[in-house]
Amino acid sequence: MSDQQQSPDLQQRVDDLLASHDPETTPPAIFLGAQYDAGLAWVHFPQGRGGLGLSRGRQVEVDERLEAAGAPRPDFARNSIGLGMAAPTILAFGSQELQERYLRPLFACTEIWCQLFSEPGAGSDLAAVATRAVPDGDEWVVDGQKVWTSGAHNADFAILVARTDTSVPKHAGLTYFLVDMRDPGIEIRPLRQITGEAEFNEVFLTGVRVPDHNRVGTVGEGWKVATTTLNNERVAISAGNDREAGQIGLVTERWRTDPSVRTPGNHTELMQWWVETEVTRLAGERLRQGLEAGQPGPESSAMKLAFAQQAQQVTGFALELAPEEGLTYHDWTMVRPEGGSFLGHGPGFRYLRAKGNSIEGGTSEIMRNIVAERVLGLPPDHRPDKGIPFKDVPR
Amino acid sequence: MTDLLYTDVEESLRSSVRSTLQRSLDEGLPARLYDEPDTDVSALWQALAGQLGLAGLLVPESLGGVGAGAREAAVVLEELGRAVAPVPFLTSAVIATTALLQAGDEQHLPTLASGERTAVLVLPWTARRGAWSAVSGSAEPVAGALGADLFLVPTTGEGGGTSLRAYGRDEVELEPIVSLDMTRPLARVTVTGQGDEIASGAGAEAAVDAALAAGAALLASEQLGLAQWCLETTVEYAKTRVQFARPIGSFQAIKHRLADLYLLLVSAQAAARQAAGTLADGDLRGAHAARGTHSVAPQGAAEQQIAQAVAQAFCSDAAVRAAEEALQLHGGIGMTWEAPVHTRLKRAKADQLALGTPDRHRSDLAVLVDLPAS
Ligand SMILES: Cc1cc2nc3c(=O)[nH]c(=O)nc-3n(C[C@H](O)[C@H](O)[C@H](O)COP(=O)(O)OP(=O)(O)OC[C@H]3O[C@@H](n4cnc5c(N)ncnc54)[C@H](O)[C@@H]3O)c2cc1C
Repeated sequence: MSDQQQSPDLQQRVDDLLASHDPETTPPAIFLGAQYDAGLAWVHFPQGRGGLGLSRGRQVEVDERLEAAGAPRPDFARNSIGLGMAAPTILAFGSQELQERYLRPLFACTEIWCQLFSEPGAGSDLAAVATRAVPDGDEWVVDGQKVWTSGAHNADFAILVARTDTSVPKHAGLTYFLVDMRDPGIEIRPLRQITGEAEFNEVFLTGVRVPDHNRVGTVGEGWKVATTTLNNERVAISAGNDREAGQIGLVTERWRTDPSVRTPGNHTELMQWWVETEVTRLAGERLRQGLEAGQPGPESSAMKLAFAQQAQQVTGFALELAPEEGLTYHDWTMVRPEGGSFLGHGPGFRYLRAKGNSIEGGTSEIMRNIVAERVLGLPPDHRPDKGIPFKDVPR
Repeated sequence: MTDLLYTDVEESLRSSVRSTLQRSLDEGLPARLYDEPDTDVSALWQALAGQLGLAGLLVPESLGGVGAGAREAAVVLEELGRAVAPVPFLTSAVIATTALLQAGDEQHLPTLASGERTAVLVLPWTARRGAWSAVSGSAEPVAGALGADLFLVPTTGEGGGTSLRAYGRDEVELEPIVSLDMTRPLARVTVTGQGDEIASGAGAEAAVDAALAAGAALLASEQLGLAQWCLETTVEYAKTRVQFARPIGSFQAIKHRLADLYLLLVSAQAAARQAAGTLADGDLRGAHAARGTHSVAPQGAAEQQIAQAVAQAFCSDAAVRAAEEALQLHGGIGMTWEAPVHTRLKRAKADQLALGTPDRHRSDLAVLVDLPAS
């Protein structure tokens, strides 16, 4: 932002990157690899890990210039989980070896990631995961079932939360791993969504072998590590910092170009959504400025909640705005998409897909609980399983 | 005051429709229609139309119908809405039938009443009373056209006035449109033949307006039934789904949401009943008046129109909200194709856009109750 000092060194590095790698002709993976090596991938990451140890807010200075130069950008549609969640978690808790092995190809998007957290019995109550990881020499053997795994069919690696100890209360018995999705013990079955697409999957893990050095954090520390992932996920889902970015932008464009949608009632509603998305954008910007080099905390839940509400209201409004078109749909054919998209296809798809925004990455009800309990400090709900060893909780 | 409760006759009609649907409608069918739009669903309509006589519910006995009224049709629509049944009851047995009745037709109604043939009023599915224009050449998106035998098209007649004409299946071309709600799929209808005039001038316009008004009035009952299914299904789910070692329905956050939804549906039910009841009262008065003229007493007509605008402004949003809440409270499962919630959401959203959006009905209402916008 304008009130931030332009660092001559940072600008010099961008100049050097652009001079050594023509942004127009360099293949994306090579360009992004070079961007990582120059410390310009995530400037708030340490040197040698794609960053320069600067404050988080400085990244825009890099991104704006690269964008203007037409440089390749990381593929968020395909690798949002890698970029938004795995990377900050590996940085915060992963060994040096894991950081060196995984961060660079992750940023270059030559390795795609998915998230093996949710299970049929453990959604909002993520700490109740039942997938077991049992030690065997210097490996772990993983058995269980995951569900709603977005992009598992495109992924090379996964972040996994599994139970390593059933004799302690649920939060204490979890451990976090990085898993190779090409392991023969992994079976992926498409799960179709209300949009017609199968963006997510069921994943069955049978005797999957994970080397101990792919553990992130200590044994039993999985809940803390996963919370870091989830807080980053909530920031990633609600990211977007341009005015009229996202769903509202599609509506404002329609409004400006198509007088037939303009009625007084619609106008009042449009302006109401415009103001709300604008202030949410500003609140998101404040959150980002406040974050600096640190990890996002529970406050990110409030942003994710606001984002989901607006995406749903605005996409619903878009159908009412042009009802003849709203009654139609682009295509119901079942496909397994390359990447997730909230803004693609027609207005009907966007309306239906936005329904997932208040469920994925933690539901809006859970976001409210987090705000109430962790931000406002209200007393927690009664939890009958509190303090009881996982194996003794009736299921 | 209009009777806002259900009579015993209406309740027994409801239970026969519900049990026929339970027998004849496979629960997976609505979702299957998205992949296989050509699935033959005629057996379901035959069961409802032929065996229960629903096709001729609004048609007088003298023309082979049941001679019932809007209140009974509303109850049928509540049940069809619950099940998102893919049948042309609203488009043929309510809307097109009302147009023919209003136009004084005696030729086509007997074959519609018997369920042998179905008809459709060819206008965009967003049309509403007083806000439609004559079709020149083709119209889209039209609901209920695919599978129909008789096409009622408001056209511009020779003198420039409206001519409501009936066309056979071989006098129109149909192009299916991929629809948000494939349980009521849309089409583009192009007129290719000559057709026969059913009504002209003011009579034709009155017939179309009456048809759209009846459609809007009774759509509210479909929306109500759909919304009630969403509430009941979600309440059941909240009792059985366990997270944090508790049924999710034991969390007050969930309880209050469902209680609010219940309150919303209490109001939606009153609004839908008022629209059906005033429509039925108008028919009764109309039965004593001359055929083909505007038959409802002025006072009754205003009440009817207010009730319709209120019902559409309210029930459209209520049904969408119920379906959205159902999806949300089912969590990830609600986002799947496998769970039936999405078929309700798609119908609810399409119904909200059908026969005038809530925004349009609020503008109509503003005029009716003398609250000008500026
Ligand atoms: C599009 C999409 C993509 C996804 N992608 C992934 C992925 O890639 N990887 C992955 O691991 N997971 C993924 N998920 C799963 C997602 O994180 C879970 O669906 C979510 O956490 C909710 O869990 P659940 O589905 O089991 O619902 P439940 O937890 O059963 O929730 C059902 C309802 O109960 C409410 N509820 C639950 N507990 C409480 C409470 N204490 N107080 C109040 N209300 C409560 C919920 O808010 C919800 O409305 C995805 C989900 C969606 C929809």
